[in-house]
Amino acid sequence: MSAGTVLEAEGIVVEYGRRPPLRAVDGVGFRVAAGEVVALVGESGCGKSSLARAVVGIEKRRAGDVRLNGADVPTLGLRRRSPVMTGMQMVFQDPNSSLNPRRRIGEQIGDGVRAALARGDEGSDPADWLRRVGLDPAMVTRFPHEFSGGQKQRIAIARALAARPRMLVADEPISALDASTQTSVAALMRSLSVEAGAGMLFISHDLSVVRRIADRVLVMYRGRVVESGDTETVWQNPLHPYTRALLAAIPLPDGLGRLPLAPAEADRAAWLDDLPEALERTSA
Amino acid sequence: MTDALTISELRIRTRSHPIVDGIDLALRRGGIHGLAGESGSGKTMTALAVLGLLPGSMTASGSIRLADDTSAGVTTGGSAGGSAGGSIELVGASRQVLGAVRGRRVAMVFQDPSTSLHPQLTVGRQLTDHLRHHLGLGKAAARSKAEALLERVRVPDARASLARYPHQFSGGQRQRIAIAVALACDPSVLLADEPTTALDVTVQAGVLQLLRELVDDGGLSILLVTHDLGVMSAVADEVTVMRQGLVVESAPREQLFTAPQDAYTRSLLAALPGSSFEESPEELVEELVEGREGAAGSGGSDAPVAASDHDVEGGAR
Repeated sequence: MSAGTVLEAEGIVVEYGRRPPLRAVDGVGFRVAAGEVVALVGESGCGKSSLARAVVGIEKRRAGDVRLNGADVPTLGLRRRSPVMTGMQMVFQDPNSSLNPRRRIGEQIGDGVRAALARGDEGSDPADWLRRVGLDPAMVTRFPHEFSGGQKQRIAIARALAARPRMLVADEPISALDASTQTSVAALMRSLSVEAGAGMLFISHDLSVVRRIADRVLVMYRGRVVESGDTETVWQNPLHPYTRALLAAIPLPDGLGRLPLAPAEADRAAWLDDLPEALERTSA
Repeated sequence: MTDALTISELRIRTRSHPIVDGIDLALRRGGIHGLAGESGSGKTMTALAVLGLLPGSMTASGSIRLADDTSAGVTTGGSAGGSAGGSIELVGASRQVLGAVRGRRVAMVFQDPSTSLHPQLTVGRQLTDHLRHHLGLGKAAARSKAEALLERVRVPDARASLARYPHQFSGGQRQRIAIAVALACDPSVLLADEPTTALDVTVQAGVLQLLRELVDDGGLSILLVTHDLGVMSAVADEVTVMRQGLVVESAPREQLFTAPQDAYTRSLLAALPGSSFEESPEELVEELVEGREGAAGSGGSDAPVAASDHDVEGGAR
């Protein structure tokens, strides 16, 4: 394991059902370094969420290993994590279901603080976390329903960060938010996780936001990573036909009325190709 | 009269508060008019009011007039009563009038095609039922028209598709089928509520191209409701931005994206990657943390302190 690597995943396979099983994730490996933001993009059903859930140990892995700072991440489903494993925190798509509606938000952020203390890490004040995500610290005694969707998601982010994670896994954390706050919340997540020196896996189908906040990007199609590398390198010069189609299909808000390119049905066959040179690309 | 649909002073309210608070909007014939806004801004309710489909707890007042081009020889049951000056008033229209308008003159497609299509009926049945009802076509004529419709929205293997069920198609094809159903009776206005939001970006591109073609081929005007300004920029001719039940700005597409007049529009563009008013992630974080959106009032005084001892200086203060 190279220096600075926080999370290391190797040959992850996730399957659902049997006879024949559906292979949602088909041998995916990647690393995330401390202070690095890695984005995982792809269309719905490509296996991004399954991969994220396998990485944090909610989903059973058919094969593959995940290590957090060198320690094996067990598959625990929804059972309690050991103090070491609380070093990996997750932010989900819908804060309405990830926050407990009947507990004050200060207490819920306090859960994160207690996880940090149990690991022998530095404690912190929930009110201070509210301030850092741009909310009034005096609101610790409020309940989730008193906040807007974007504010609730920021509370969920505060709770995750209060646990002093080494690794943050965010599964579509902005897609349930209003368009005007999506980029801001994503940028806030980047800023706070980089500041904490944590690695972040940011899963999103919003490619324009990903371009703004990710250092590296993994492009997934049908359970496999088809292209990966430095975000700008991939954007400037995509090699895999799927990445090319994906980037060409993004509508640009420049007011020029240009229709995005729609891939022809016949092109989709080539998206399944393996293209070794499209992987692990660097700007060098 | 060049507008296909004219909304004026439209108000929609529940018993306790207003949802839409007096808006004006003109849908030009042969154009795509984008209606943008955040969730809760009243954009969807405006579209639903056109078809008299508001939830029972809401009432509409004001005027929505549909240009009456019954010159083609199709006379609707209620047009005599509701028509004035070559247009039909839809607000407070009778069930008879609305029945003749819905699906016939004004059609709608929704965000999720798997809820707007009936899962237990074949695609052919869903495409022919209202053709036979509204246009009085025979079985064979309706069937061949349905097949032509599927070809028009480019569903592959149209003839065989008529016998299939919605679940046998992909999400993008289902949305194309929903559009075909909407277009069956040659409506003059199509209301599209977030028609591509549930679709993958590569599939979305195809549906946007289809919508543009349908308009350019003539005869159709589209009111496109979406929160996605990227989509607006790609297909809309004019854009109206709504906020809290009011229109904050309405302008031709290019003008709205390059020279927005309203501060709210500009703030939407600032948060939009790729727009010409885009702000850097650092600036956006700074604004968010400083709580410009106002966290219940009391956060204002200590906000500058919060920003200064926090490591998010964008350098562009």
